[in-house]
Amino acid sequence: MEKIPILKMGGYLLVTIQVDLYDRLALNLESDLVNMINKHSSKGVLIDISAVNIVDSFMGRILGNIAQMSKILDAHTVVVGMQPAVAITLIELGLPLSGVHTALNVEKGMVLLQEKLLGDDTVITDDTDDNT
Amino acid sequence: MALSIGQLLQKKSKAVLESWINIQLQEEGLKEELISNQEIRKQSEEFLQSVIQLLKNEDAQNMESAEFEKAAEILAGITTSRAMQGYTPRETGVFVFSLKEAFLSVLEKEFKDNSVPYADSQKINKLMDALAILTFETFITSREEVILRQTSEISEISTPVIRVWDGILALPIIGTLDSARTQVVMENLLMKIVETESTIAILDISGVPAVDSLVAQHLIKTVSATRLMGAECIISGIRPEIAQTIVHLGIDLSNINTKASLSQALRSAFMMLKLEVRKTVEKPKL
Repeated sequence: MEKIPILKMGGYLLVTIQVDLYDRLALNLESDLVNMINKHSSKGVLIDISAVNIVDSFMGRILGNIAQMSKILDAHTVVVGMQPAVAITLIELGLPLSGVHTALNVEKGMVLLQEKLLGDDTVITDDTDDNT
Repeated sequence: MALSIGQLLQKKSKAVLESWINIQLQEEGLKEELISNQEIRKQSEEFLQSVIQLLKNEDAQNMESAEFEKAAEILAGITTSRAMQGYTPRETGVFVFSLKEAFLSVLEKEFKDNSVPYADSQKINKLMDALAILTFETFITSREEVILRQTSEISEISTPVIRVWDGILALPIIGTLDSARTQVVMENLLMKIVETESTIAILDISGVPAVDSLVAQHLIKTVSATRLMGAECIISGIRPEIAQTIVHLGIDLSNINTKASLSQALRSAFMMLKLEVRKTVEKPKL
């Protein structure tokens, strides 16, 4: 079964969606991500959707849900690289994703995440593994 | 009377043409600079021939006959070209109506005691009226085409996305913002944001004549879409009247960054990007 990989990088989780997100896949991503945040107590989630060309109301809702869930688990979510067509579609669907932070590309997304964490006074070192 | 009216007019077509052209030239305000005498003569001759052919028919107003179609086609061509050149409706109408006058004045001389038989004059009248109506229809249609073309041209020209600084885009909106226009504006803006990797877009609405709830809706949509892309949007150029209208209509713009003028918006954009504009201090000469 297809699975969207979630990469852990320091205190952040990186998700790159490179296939069209169908409903089951999106639901799995949602639960995997929440579990990962819990497991690694991550402080930031970065979702790159620059390769996504098609979006529907379900996926819009999933993105919103992920952001809300991460918020509860004390992690910030940034969605980066949205295509213009996707943005217009989401707006026309009436889903402005108000709880989600957005950035133009991965680089700017990381900067934004770091700023958010600084605001929270959370310092993330590159190595947060407690095992070492 | 042996000849039918069509044949009679065919015989007299030279006289009709001369009298018709005279009437046209005498008409006040004819734009001589727009059309030469030869041009009028050429157009008139062509149209006259087709009308005379049409009059030879039994039922001249039959719109389906080949002759009528031919006459209508010629007339439409002439009318369209005149509408494009900026003739008034009156000047275009005179072209057809003066032909009626010419026909009747020539016919009068042909009949005893100067009276054209009722049936014949009725036939000419009806036909010419039908053609006149056609002229106006064509005239208005071609004028509307001109207007439509200009509208689309304006909407294309008037949505430039300007890169005012590294990472700052400005988009002055001029003219009314309707849904079609919003779509164009939004697409242009989002494409440009991706292209230039800008993080701030300034939407200047000082050229928008009025803001109603629909226009505000469109603005909010554009701002939300920009935000989804990961850029900030500032709306500037809000005139006092527009601010009043927005509040009276109960539109909530509290989630949107608004500034009174473009310069203020630019200043706040510089602040967001942590840029500073300073006057250079001249170093004292040693």
